[in-house]
Amino acid sequence: MTSRQLHPRRGGRLPAGLLVPAGIGVAFLLLPLLALLIRAPWRHLFGLLSGHDVLTPLRLSLETASMATVASLILGVPMAWVLARLEFPGRGLLRALVTVPLVLPPVVGGVALLLGFGRSGVIGRWLYDAFGLSLPFTTTAVVIAETFVALPFLVISVEGSLRALDPRFDEAAATLGASRWYAFTRVTLPMLAPGIGAGAVLCWARALGEFGATITFAGNFPGTTQTMPLTVYLALQDNPDGAIALSLVLLAVSIAILALLRERWLRA
Amino acid sequence: MRRRLLLALSVACTVTTTACGSSSSSRSSSAGATGPVVVSAAASLKESFTALAGRFEATHPGVKVTLNFGGSDSLAAQITGGAAVDVFAAASSKTMATVTDAKDGLGAPVTFVRNELEIAVPPSNPAHVATLADTTRAGVKLVICAPTVPCGAAATSAYGAANLTAKPVSLEQDVKSVLTKVELNEADAGLVYQTDVKAAGDKVTGIAFPEAAQAIATYPIVAVKSGKNPAAAAAFIGYVLSSTGAAVLSAAGFLKP
Repeated sequence: MTSRQLHPRRGGRLPAGLLVPAGIGVAFLLLPLLALLIRAPWRHLFGLLSGHDVLTPLRLSLETASMATVASLILGVPMAWVLARLEFPGRGLLRALVTVPLVLPPVVGGVALLLGFGRSGVIGRWLYDAFGLSLPFTTTAVVIAETFVALPFLVISVEGSLRALDPRFDEAAATLGASRWYAFTRVTLPMLAPGIGAGAVLCWARALGEFGATITFAGNFPGTTQTMPLTVYLALQDNPDGAIALSLVLLAVSIAILALLRERWLRA
Repeated sequence: MRRRLLLALSVACTVTTTACGSSSSSRSSSAGATGPVVVSAAASLKESFTALAGRFEATHPGVKVTLNFGGSDSLAAQITGGAAVDVFAAASSKTMATVTDAKDGLGAPVTFVRNELEIAVPPSNPAHVATLADTTRAGVKLVICAPTVPCGAAATSAYGAANLTAKPVSLEQDVKSVLTKVELNEADAGLVYQTDVKAAGDKVTGIAFPEAAQAIATYPIVAVKSGKNPAAAAAFIGYVLSSTGAAVLSAAGFLKP
């Protein structure tokens, strides 16, 4: 599974039909980022950044994305196990439904969250009446919005790894008298670790970049709900250079963290 | 494993769209008041400009108006970025200045309407808001526009004129987002334009306040240099400034310039 063939088998020519579109694809992905670097106001960068409070939204972004990842791990790994290991009617439908947020435009997700968990929402109304709890415009709402869009990434990733795992390990554990829970925690989970790590990174990255659902459900206020992507978007309205500078910070931080995690975990 | 990750990543790339409006760009050609004309207008002009464009097309056979609504700042950024637009109508003179300063305007902009702020509350008015001061009370969930957007700048001057400190729970990206939060009963009060309250019908209740007079938004309109149909652009601007245009706009709640 992990055999790395950097060179195609000898005797065959490199297929242009694959190389050319692959090259165009790489350029397509990298050129806009390169443009960001080229157009960045490097000389005024420090001045532009000091005009903004960068640390508050950056810290909020990192914290909420991490909390959303933790929430996704707690809910998503069991979800992936149920989808991959249990046979029950409607499993295909359930899998399709939990991945709906993947294809849903995030703003629509935000509207759905408002209608569900808002003060007048289907569930939110009950929370508000019983506990006086109103979720929109709170940091919790940011975490909920991010979890809503990022959780499916984790579920899909972990479920894929689970399916690739040989179920006979579980069966062997069962014949040796292990309960399903014991087999899951002592056999499946350790072997699943790289898949979970990869899924968590994807999920974290998606949560970090979340914009549409966050601004719709949680609103935008510095310190409580204004994450980096929201800060960048609003800066773009009146100060494009400032927006570019802020984008660079977000880009640098996310690349640094992903590189770090890759070193640690993603040696799959 | 690696393949799966890449597949998931490619899915991620296709779905990770941030919001933002679509930009309009349409080909236009020919001279004279015929052919397509592209009009970029502030989001608050949506209802009235849609009506005006319909009437304009009826009285000018052969002209096809393409309307592009959005936040004034985004529209201005599209124009200074080179979008082919014939007419630009902004919700603030400051935003218009970014276009004229970039020498993208044809001639001087003309103010065609003004708009006043109002407090929008849900029909049940859960926080019992009656004055601008009420919106600053503790426990009242107030939503206004971000200060970078014209409606947010207007809100800031209104609170300044009233010597009040607003404590909003959210600074929204445009005036329609403020309205949505009030319509959905998530916010107790929001500062929007009179015309937005009117367009929302019975979904919100508008409360006028005296300090709004100190924060009136002016709407300038100008023909854009990058436009491909200057004749139709001039004709459309003339129509907006005509008595018919004024009637449609004042029916929507706009004030005379």
